Amino acid sequence: MTATSDREQMAYISSQAADARVNVELDTGDMTLNIGPQHPATHGTLRIACQLDGEQVVVAEPIMGYMHRGYEKLCEVRTYPQCTTLINRIDWLGSFANEVPFILAAERLMEVEAPPRAQWIRTILFELSRVANLALFLGDMGVQIGALTPVFFAFRDRERVLNQIEEVTGGRFHPNFDRIGGLKDDIPKGWIEETHSVMVKMRTFCDEMEDLLVGNEIFQARCRGVGVIPPEVALSYGLSGANLRASGVDWDLRRDANPGLAWDQVDWRVWTHPDGDSFARYWVRLQETREATRIVDQLLDGIPSGPIMAKVPRIIKVPAGEAYLSTENPLGEMGYYIVSKGDLGPFRVKIRTPSFNNISIVPWVMKGVYVPDVITILGSLYFILGDIDR
Amino acid sequence: MTDETPPEDNAVADEKREALLAGLSESLGEDLVESYLRPHEDLWLRVRSESWQDSIRTAKSAGFEYFGFLSAIDWEIAPEGRYEDTEFDGGLEEEDEEPVEIDTSTGYGGGGSRFQLLVQLYSLSQQIGLILKTDVGEDMTIDTIRDIFAGADWHERETHEMFGVFFRGHPTLQPLYLPTEFEGHPLRKDFPLLARQVKPWPGVVDIEEIPEHLEAQLEAEVMAAFEANGGAS
Amino acid sequence: MTTLLALPYWQETGIKLGLALAIIPTTSLILVYLFLFKMMAFMQSRLGPNDTGPYGTLQLIAEAIKFLQKEDIHPAQADRRVFRMAPVVVLASTFLLYVVLPAGPDAVVQNLDTGVFYAMAVSSISVLGILMAGWSSANKYALLGGLRAAGQLIAYELPLILAVMGVVIQAETLNLQGIVEAQATGEIFGFGGIGNPFILTQFLAFLIFMIAAQAELTQTPFDMPVAETELVGGFHIEYTGFRFLLFFMAEFGTAFAFAALASVMFLGGWWIPGFDVDDNILNVLGPGVMLGKILLIAFFIFWVRFTYPRLREDQLQKFAWKVLIPLALVNIVLTGIFKVVF
Repeated sequence: MTATSDREQMAYISSQAADARVNVELDTGDMTLNIGPQHPATHGTLRIACQLDGEQVVVAEPIMGYMHRGYEKLCEVRTYPQCTTLINRIDWLGSFANEVPFILAAERLMEVEAPPRAQWIRTILFELSRVANLALFLGDMGVQIGALTPVFFAFRDRERVLNQIEEVTGGRFHPNFDRIGGLKDDIPKGWIEETHSVMVKMRTFCDEMEDLLVGNEIFQARCRGVGVIPPEVALSYGLSGANLRASGVDWDLRRDANPGLAWDQVDWRVWTHPDGDSFARYWVRLQETREATRIVDQLLDGIPSGPIMAKVPRIIKVPAGEAYLSTENPLGEMGYYIVSKGDLGPFRVKIRTPSFNNISIVPWVMKGVYVPDVITILGSLYFILGDIDR
Repeated sequence: MTDETPPEDNAVADEKREALLAGLSESLGEDLVESYLRPHEDLWLRVRSESWQDSIRTAKSAGFEYFGFLSAIDWEIAPEGRYEDTEFDGGLEEEDEEPVEIDTSTGYGGGGSRFQLLVQLYSLSQQIGLILKTDVGEDMTIDTIRDIFAGADWHERETHEMFGVFFRGHPTLQPLYLPTEFEGHPLRKDFPLLARQVKPWPGVVDIEEIPEHLEAQLEAEVMAAFEANGGAS
Repeated sequence: MTTLLALPYWQETGIKLGLALAIIPTTSLILVYLFLFKMMAFMQSRLGPNDTGPYGTLQLIAEAIKFLQKEDIHPAQADRRVFRMAPVVVLASTFLLYVVLPAGPDAVVQNLDTGVFYAMAVSSISVLGILMAGWSSANKYALLGGLRAAGQLIAYELPLILAVMGVVIQAETLNLQGIVEAQATGEIFGFGGIGNPFILTQFLAFLIFMIAAQAELTQTPFDMPVAETELVGGFHIEYTGFRFLLFFMAEFGTAFAFAALASVMFLGGWWIPGFDVDDNILNVLGPGVMLGKILLIAFFIFWVRFTYPRLREDQLQKFAWKVLIPLALVNIVLTGIFKVVF
């Protein structure tokens, strides 16, 4: 079978790539360069084995699995509330947003609907996670390109949002707050006004990023026209989130496949950009952050009163069936395919993570780009290792 | 715009999916084995494994151009215990004499084999998702859909290393997550989860009920501490 | 010119050399502390070192001691002699630069008649050192960094020299003290109060010089050879301990030297209005004046460093060859015309 000899070939190339030193006999052919796994530009332990011709990339192959924790197997031996603890850690920057699709899928199988108050607060926390996640991206893209300062502002302002999430859920990064049927607790007193002021500050932060980076000629020179992904390719690879919208495809799960959260109750718009290059991806995420702050503002003003948890039994047994539900997470489309046999825990959970599909396009998009552009494209595709590796 | 969908919307969604189902049944013809429609939510189709590639192509030309994911399900029941009502006795050391029953009855669209492949696709124009399933036979071989959806490349690699399914026509099926020297296919149900072998399932502790006589006392203690801290702040 | 003391030639030169050698680490210290530690930290809304010594002033000394006590290692496949010589070559070019920098009418190690020419020539030696470091490290990242550095530094030598040409034409001398005198004794439309600092009449040359100096120092936006988030240190990635300290000192020492050159050629050097060029008092005040002007220029160098993203290699080269060099040539032509006509 060709698979084995290919595997041997790949193993040979990988072992060559592992030795990042120049061969003593001058190899005037292509040079193999390893970017990662320890590298500041790959957000985590991702390794990209590039074959270079001078400074141009001939072939770029991502090698991952350094952080593979086996979530799908682990979820099979846990009850549903225990699974929530695990899946918090998939996209560790988008704290609350990880739990939502899983809980909603389980609720769909149980045919339980959370009360409106819980749905609204879920949406608010979801959008807050989006603001926190994308705020880091806005600064981080600057660091990839070489501007050292915006990322500090990003971390500083992101703390405000994390403080708000912590006040409600008790955890900045891993809230573990969503429950089948609702939420664990209600929001504390005074939280709504505080969050309003935090959203104002985040909008100021977005304006700051726009001044510092978007208008900068060097940033534009580095990002425009770099890593162009046409819409058909994006669809066929399954790119999602801002990557898809930056290629001009008008598709947002919050609007087009709303799983019952409160997005249809507020006035907001979907941002797209026709170019499909790295600058477009940055720009779309900037607008999305602003839009998220506006959504939170509108939602905060209209939270309905009522119970925070539906009537669900104490020991949760989800009836037999299958369900697939995905939501528009900060990184893209995250979905859970749950197969249940009526047990305390799921029979099979397939976690569809956005970064997995987003990074699968790397071999295609990296052909013929320069080494600095590799970093730019990786930065603009925006992945989290926990998301790729699960 | 309210939370509950009015009945007409429900009917419209149903109609949309029913029309879609009818259209796909027509174009797939005898390749379609079974289908399952959950109104207003999702549509499952099970197709014959020989015509896997053709079915995917038909779906793509019917407007399902967005590639969601590709994965597999192992329908066998795990031999080791999982819950508090299952005996945990390190059952893997003894050979299990009885054949493990393969229960695919709860799977939508039915099925007859231990492994089933599934693909999720979206149609952006109709805003509907579609899940296609197929049986994977004893030889664990099926066609690749990499030429139809480029994104299936990595998903098939992952399914191969996790389940052992071989994709005909895929040029580079080497592992994605696992190191090259790894033996076995982890997501199969007979691949033991070592943590469960070393330590029995601890979940019993979580759902133990608070005894009746303690519940009132604990409640009183919590309320006393609450009042001592100044009540509602 | 009057002299402060009458000493035999060798003693005088010895003292001057000793002073210069002592000054280089001190200047690096000042620059690093002020700009790298504190200014960068404040701009990034953090505090910087504030533990070691009052307001963290002893941080660099602590870091120097840390570097000195590290083990002297080198990669197994590295070319040992070249590997060891590379930082020395770079530092040597920095030391050679300090020979002509004037701090007063007599406070200069050697007042060469070809001052400017010598300074430009000597600063190019560092390219060799960087290439040696990149090649001998036996590391692909270092090699990439070294090659990028070679292309970049050579490309930006030209705008640097051409910009300086404008100043030389206006001052009618290559001698650095002569340039200071020309600015001190010059007049702007008949007004001699503040002399004729060439930043006013050679503003284009000043801009080009600053940009080219930024590139020569491999500071962002031209820090491709050391691109931290890509090559993680570029050509000096395999250097630790004392050798890394040499590179570090060379980087900031050269920054100081270039800022000094800029202040001599464009801001009037050690001369301030109100004094005669020959005044002996300027031998004492001059260093302070120079330090002030140098810090002002270094402030801009480092401010740009912390703010701007970096240019890609080809964009960098395009900028040098297609933008800076034509502008510098235009500047020379204009200066020549004005010099002859007025």
